[in-house]
Amino acid sequence: MGETRRQGSYIAQAWLVILLALLYGGALAGVQSVLSDKIAENKKRETYDVIPLLVKGADKEKTVELVIEGKDGKPARVYKIMGGDGGHEGWVVSGDGQGFADRIEVLIGLDAQVSAITGLYVLAQKETPGLGDYITGENFRGGFEGRSADAPLVAVKADPQAANEIRALTGATISSESVCSIVNGTLENLRDSLSSEAAAAAGVEPNLPEPAE
Amino acid sequence: MSQEGPTVLEGPTALEGPTALERFINGVLPENPVYRQLLGMCPVLAVTNGMKPAMTMAAATAFVLICANIMISVMRGLLKPHLRILVFTLTIATFVTIADRFLAAYVYEMSKQLGPYVPLIIVNCLIISRCEICASKQSITVALADAVGMSLGFALALASIATVREILGSGSWFGLAVLPGSWPGWGIMVLPPGAFLTLGLLLGMAEWASRRRAAKLRGSG
Repeated sequence: MGETRRQGSYIAQAWLVILLALLYGGALAGVQSVLSDKIAENKKRETYDVIPLLVKGADKEKTVELVIEGKDGKPARVYKIMGGDGGHEGWVVSGDGQGFADRIEVLIGLDAQVSAITGLYVLAQKETPGLGDYITGENFRGGFEGRSADAPLVAVKADPQAANEIRALTGATISSESVCSIVNGTLENLRDSLSSEAAAAAGVEPNLPEPAE
Repeated sequence: MSQEGPTVLEGPTALEGPTALERFINGVLPENPVYRQLLGMCPVLAVTNGMKPAMTMAAATAFVLICANIMISVMRGLLKPHLRILVFTLTIATFVTIADRFLAAYVYEMSKQLGPYVPLIIVNCLIISRCEICASKQSITVALADAVGMSLGFALALASIATVREILGSGSWFGLAVLPGSWPGWGIMVLPPGAFLTLGLLLGMAEWASRRRAAKLRGSG
């Protein structure tokens, strides 16, 4: 009886907070539903603008958008990058995940065979200014170029020794590891589907790994 | 008075206090949030390397401050003392998120340039302090006037610092060249040390002007 009276007292005192939480939540949901398409359009325009930076020889006007299914069963939008001569130059895929402060969204450039990373671009981040936000800088992003897309990348604090090591940012280990984790997760999710697409376009059998027993 | 728990505010309180006009005028110069109250230092230092980001930040802060003050003033009679900070924070966070989404939708490049400093408006002490000092105690009209005055004062402070930093650092104002091409551009002015130097010097000037004015008033009194 005492417990019930206490719970009733808590609700009597906090009803305004509860009501405001519901109202504000509804308002934010409404704003997001109205603006999400516009924001997505902005990000898509930015994606097209950086395609030449991610895949050498790309002609962004000839980019083909595809929707493929990843290993997680969800549809994923990928960009098939064509060159000026109409040849298939590579792929650009997007990935996102939790950073140190907030979500990080990246664009990953891949070669046509999905064997190597050709570039990395940070589309959105809210990492610590002066520390984690250096993931947008060329010093950090350049470390991903030329890396194999088949092996998981690891952020290390010293100079990279192995082919799959990326030099982490000083004072921003978590941000660096987050970007590696996002890249690894995205490639793991989409690698097989992209390889199948690339093989189908080339008219050859895809070279996919044997499924586990 | 209740025997259990804290006292509940009964209806609107502090009917006495500065008028709407006094609140408005105080916010612009006499109680300027940056030069007199030293509030909002984070955006002041971070986004004043140019007039465009500075004015975008001022507009976003004004939107949040005005909306939050109005909302808090509307429900001031319902606020419980031990839960008021929670209500303030909830309200401010909502409007900051709305502002952030609008910037991402309609001013995308500027939104990227401002980065985390728009969400950081939530922890700008200027906004929560106005909720506590004015909006939770006075009418909607007074709260609105206070918010507008403080917003103008904040914008004035950001504009003054950004003007110095952008002109000396880049030779431009709002992106338009105002100095001849031969101007070398003091790189330090668009970097963090330049922000501290500019803020410190302008703070000193503001204090000197304030003391000079006070001395004149004493002399004429």
